[in-house]
Amino acid sequence: MTAPLLTIDALSVTIHGKRILDTIDLTIAPGEIVALTGESGSGKSMTALATMGLLPQVAQATGQISLDGTDLLTLPERRLCAVRGNDIGMIFQEPMTALNPVQTIGAQVAETILQHSPRTPRAMARDKAREALHRCGLDLPLTRYPHELSGGQRQRVVIAMAIALRPRLLIADEPTTALDVTTQAQILDLLQDLTRTEGMALMMITHDLAVVANMAHRIAVMQTGRIVESGPTAQVLSQRTHPYTRALFEASDHRPHLPPRPDNGPLLHAQGVTCTYPLPRPGPFAKRPSFTAVRDVSFHIGRGERVGLVGESGCGKSTLTRALLGLTSIAEGTITLGGKAVFTDHRPNLAVRRRIQVVFQDPYGSFNPRHRVARLITEPFHLLPDPPQGTARDTAVAEALTAVGLSPDDAHKHIHAFSGGQRQRLAIARALIIRPDLIVFDEAVSALDVRVRAQILDLMADLSASYGLAYLFISHDLSVVRGVTDRIMVMRAGRIVEKGPTEQVFTAPRHAYTRTLLDAAPHLPASPGGA
Amino acid sequence: MLAYLTRRLTSLILSLIAASAVIFLVVEVAPGDPASYMLGINAQPETVAALRDELGLDQPKIQRYLSWVGGMLTGDFGLSYTYRTPVAEMIATRLWISLPLALYALTLAILLAFPAGLIAAATRGRAPDFGVMAFSQLGVAIPNFWFAMLLVLGFAITWRIFPSGGFPGWDNPLQAIRALTLPAVALALPQAAILARVLRSSLIDTLGEDYIRTARAKGLTRRQTLWRHGVRNALIPVLTIIGLQFSFLIAGGIIIEQVFYLPGLGRLIFQSISQRDLIVVESAVMLLVFAVILVNFLTDLAYALTDPRLRKG
Repeated sequence: MTAPLLTIDALSVTIHGKRILDTIDLTIAPGEIVALTGESGSGKSMTALATMGLLPQVAQATGQISLDGTDLLTLPERRLCAVRGNDIGMIFQEPMTALNPVQTIGAQVAETILQHSPRTPRAMARDKAREALHRCGLDLPLTRYPHELSGGQRQRVVIAMAIALRPRLLIADEPTTALDVTTQAQILDLLQDLTRTEGMALMMITHDLAVVANMAHRIAVMQTGRIVESGPTAQVLSQRTHPYTRALFEASDHRPHLPPRPDNGPLLHAQGVTCTYPLPRPGPFAKRPSFTAVRDVSFHIGRGERVGLVGESGCGKSTLTRALLGLTSIAEGTITLGGKAVFTDHRPNLAVRRRIQVVFQDPYGSFNPRHRVARLITEPFHLLPDPPQGTARDTAVAEALTAVGLSPDDAHKHIHAFSGGQRQRLAIARALIIRPDLIVFDEAVSALDVRVRAQILDLMADLSASYGLAYLFISHDLSVVRGVTDRIMVMRAGRIVEKGPTEQVFTAPRHAYTRTLLDAAPHLPASPGGA
Repeated sequence: MLAYLTRRLTSLILSLIAASAVIFLVVEVAPGDPASYMLGINAQPETVAALRDELGLDQPKIQRYLSWVGGMLTGDFGLSYTYRTPVAEMIATRLWISLPLALYALTLAILLAFPAGLIAAATRGRAPDFGVMAFSQLGVAIPNFWFAMLLVLGFAITWRIFPSGGFPGWDNPLQAIRALTLPAVALALPQAAILARVLRSSLIDTLGEDYIRTARAKGLTRRQTLWRHGVRNALIPVLTIIGLQFSFLIAGGIIIEQVFYLPGLGRLIFQSISQRDLIVVESAVMLLVFAVILVNFLTDLAYALTDPRLRKG
């Protein structure tokens, strides 16, 4: 085995006296892919930032991080600047915001080159930038601005900046978490190619075990600032020695026990729904063009039925959701719930609106931080003709909180007292409190850690049993949809390209796009002894 | 970019038409006769009739509006009733003081605010930041006329470096600039304080962005990151404030003009209003409106130059 390129030895980091990293030991050899995995707050990103010398200024680090014999922790800032970008490149999670919006992509890639060899002639720096972008599979004019690129293209630009000088170590912090599955597969291929062809070492940080299962040579599992288990990928995957590793794996492909669907007749009907958006006029007197986000979509949801809607970003699923909720008017077609139109005469129909509720993706942004829980979850009461008052209201609040696994005492707390998973439970309580017939879960578990996600999925299955609730589960993540739905619909470019019973779509997809999605989604190998 | 430019220009012209119509309506069509208003309640009927004739008040309103606008377009703003001199000339001489004064004050404000804002943002939460913030608090709080009087006491009376007031004309540019220095400083101080605060908070927001971290990962130093990636992105709110400040400074220097006996535009408007010289008021207000709209247009152009995302219509 070759000598390690990066050796992290007993690294500990404290911030304001709190220990964030606890005696981390890790080595990466040239050409090796090492995955750091664990839930949010486990210290994965902090390990990466420590290696880059980019810890917050208040952080204190002890131990050693040596890159080819040089201890990075004791290096003065000036010499660290020479290492960053030159010897170590780093790519980040959010390609939409990782690029400077006011500079061209060419200038931003060339900056890495000019920064480390300032006397490079401009034209040569540009050529090198073009070459770096080409290596990342992007052959666009250098004069493009980030906002003119898609998420996947932007991530390629970020990677090009990081590898322009052929660094010996590349750190990728959740590089594909914000991307669609097909784009994710391409970016993962690209990263693997780069390590293979350039002998680069790769530290890959991800919360998604399936992503690294097929590409990492070794895996280190982190929990609350420690590495609890590490070893060759195959060994970690098959042995799962540490209980935390086992819990992570089990939660990753958790399938809740979905009760059989009660057949109670139809609930929601969408017939020939088309939604359009006006675009800016090309000239002051030109006709306003429009963009068709949803095109002639028809489907139905039965009472108590659990339906999944899957598609990549920009496919029109958010627009369709807004139309179902009566938040936007539709250009053509009809949407009816229990026979009544959701939207009539450019106004949402309140009698229908109160029978559909929604749970959004971001458990942090969807609550007013100044209100207490009781007020937050009774918000939908304004849709009722005579909302419950006094004790009736208190009872409703207590019931809703109990139903989602929280305590009635939580009603008096503010939202900051709750974790992400608890907030998502509150969001469900808020949806549940007026006893709707249909709840729309819009990427409701995408922002959660795997173990919390598993709990929320269980909760959904329980509620569907106890309340006879129908739900529409919208997600970009096929594996999650599989366990909690009876039927799924696959959407692409504004149309539903395939729909059918969940198992049938997964095992025998008929549309080519569905097959592409299924192939691109990373899989965990089956657990030892079968699940 | 071309579409953006045409759109902005169209909006500029439409705003001008709307503004001229509103000014005309308020001054000429509002209840009461402009001629008898200008002459006061004790005026002789013959005098009022003569003035009505001179102002063309008997003509249809549309025609009067068109001839007013037409006159302004050809540089004919009419005769001042009080001074019997062409309004265009009066405004021109005043503008030659107010415009340079506004530019001078704004330049000073920017020169003061940029380093202060940058230092404060770069040293956030430490001593230099607190210093800058304390000074800017003071700058906003001190009334500028009082600060102007302090300046006169110090620099004009005690040390005799700058004149205490008046304006010698542009024949000797050096003297003219000396005469405008104290007023410009007095005007600049509060503007600089506001600008420094806006720049600081905008920079701090920008420095928290992901692309700043990306730049650091490329090997840029803190300072390089601030200059190359921070400043330009932080500029949009600052440009907005600069645009508003310039519009304000052109006419808003009236108190400072009063303190320093400067025959500027603000004083002209003030005098014309007290003398009920509606012809001058109307034209001067229109000119100010034009200046504000023009500055907004220029600010929009500056936005588009700063941020490529805004160039698409």
